[in-house]
Amino acid sequence: MKLGFLVDLNLCMGCKGCEIACKVENEVPLSSWRLRVKYIDIGTFPDNSRSFTPLRCNHCENAPCERICPVSALHYLDNGIVNIDSSRCIGCAGCMMACPYGAIYMDPESNTADKCTYCAHRIESGMMPACVVACPVEANIFGDVEDEKSFISRYIMEHQGDVQVRKPEKHTNPKHYYVGGGNQTLNPLAHERIEGYGLFNNITHLETLGDSHHSILERFTAPIFGGHNDHLKNESFVDMPNDADESHESHEEGGH
Amino acid sequence: MDHGTVIEATKAVVTLDVALPGIIWGWMITLNMWAKSIGTGVILIGAFLLYRHKKEEMPNLRWMMPLISFIALNVFLLFTLLDLHQPLRMVNIFLHPHWTSAITVGAWMASLFTGLVTVMLAIGALDAFPDFARQNGLAKTLRGKSALYEKIFPFVVVLALPVTMYTAIIMAEASARELWAAPAELVQMLFAALMVGSASFILVSEKWSAEARRDLTLILALSVAFSFIMYMGEYFFSFKAAEVEATLAYVHSGGSYNTQFWAAMVLGYIIPFFIAMGSLKVENRTMLKFAAVTTFIGLYLAKSTWLEIPQMIPLS
Repeated sequence: MKLGFLVDLNLCMGCKGCEIACKVENEVPLSSWRLRVKYIDIGTFPDNSRSFTPLRCNHCENAPCERICPVSALHYLDNGIVNIDSSRCIGCAGCMMACPYGAIYMDPESNTADKCTYCAHRIESGMMPACVVACPVEANIFGDVEDEKSFISRYIMEHQGDVQVRKPEKHTNPKHYYVGGGNQTLNPLAHERIEGYGLFNNITHLETLGDSHHSILERFTAPIFGGHNDHLKNESFVDMPNDADESHESHEEGGH
Repeated sequence: MDHGTVIEATKAVVTLDVALPGIIWGWMITLNMWAKSIGTGVILIGAFLLYRHKKEEMPNLRWMMPLISFIALNVFLLFTLLDLHQPLRMVNIFLHPHWTSAITVGAWMASLFTGLVTVMLAIGALDAFPDFARQNGLAKTLRGKSALYEKIFPFVVVLALPVTMYTAIIMAEASARELWAAPAELVQMLFAALMVGSASFILVSEKWSAEARRDLTLILALSVAFSFIMYMGEYFFSFKAAEVEATLAYVHSGGSYNTQFWAAMVLGYIIPFFIAMGSLKVENRTMLKFAAVTTFIGLYLAKSTWLEIPQMIPLS
């Protein structure tokens, strides 16, 4: 069994539902993404179009991140998924330097490398990855690419000539395919990043890697004594007193 | 977005995306490589000098060589550790080694190398200073095993070569950064070790014979010359891969990395070359020491530039 992913870019409408589902399912911290949808505009008005490209780990058969990881934190599962064991990761960022697809990030909460695992925990329970379930137009197709009867295999065969992978010249043999993509959507050097492409801000590059509030000394002490900003972790928000609800109640009592 | 920017009709523009990571391996990794070059370079140059000259011509070499190497290797190991986001888990490299990773192989080799250099330093320093720790039991034992120094030295010299060069394999395994091609980086790492190895000894060779100092000067001149030629080749003619071309176009267009690169070339390569060539004709120790210092600075700047520039282009 070799699990693979296919995104039909002709269907994707850029709703970012998959991005949010991934964030929620995997508790991906702020400023980090396992899956993101990039908007690219091609041409000039009025002869222009906008394309949406979901980007995630390619689960390469010949994964450079697995090869460079000094402690086997990144490892292959039998079903072809390139999984990551965060408890073993030393945070050397070698995988971030090796991944040609920029799919790995340094988790600012755990200070370890992390990435899309095709929701390996859900697969184990017989469920589909969260992004597949969330997609309203079924642009995300997931399954066994070695099984010729699987939906993904049949989809690949039906779209022969239009199925591509990112950076095939890297010989990583990705198990993540695109239908309806072109050079301008799949090649990061074929499109320009003009300062301020973010919708809500002008931050184009992260200033720090991992936890920006941890000093070098705290990298040594935090695993033993705990970090000073533990209260900012995702889980902690679940237990927070919900002041918003209280204010809402008093708001209603005000008679508006 | 700057609305005044003119975009070609065929050009695609990113209109919405997340913030990308900036520099992932920064100044600590630069310092790591720079210090390792010194730590291994003095061993390689020291071995060459001991092969060419009598020990008496270089009276402090036996303890000065492992001392410089020991200090530099500890700086290298310290910053390797500090750069990790989970430094306490460094032990996993020894408990759960993954042998396809050059990081793992390098860590094991560098640890063994540092251990052997430490033994050499202990024996060399205790022999050089017989009054130091005269009554200490461990010191007495080590003084009694003075011959061990000469026995382990050949292994240290052989080990110095892969320890010098393994970082080039790490860079090659970082396959996302096409600027770092293994053959070129392997040779550049070796030249870097020869450059700073000879520069280190130039600073401490006041009482050495003129012939030994001349050898150091010649090694410095040749290593900076060959390394400079390689950098020029890589800087101007590495355009076969699209990502390398994009990286170099980014640097060629100006900016701080352009300035830093040429400052590195002038300080680390051009100035030392001409001073060393001049000193081969008429020795000028002061100028030669100045050249040694600029070599250290220039190499750091060159390593820094070459490490950071391929990290500037987006990968996705």
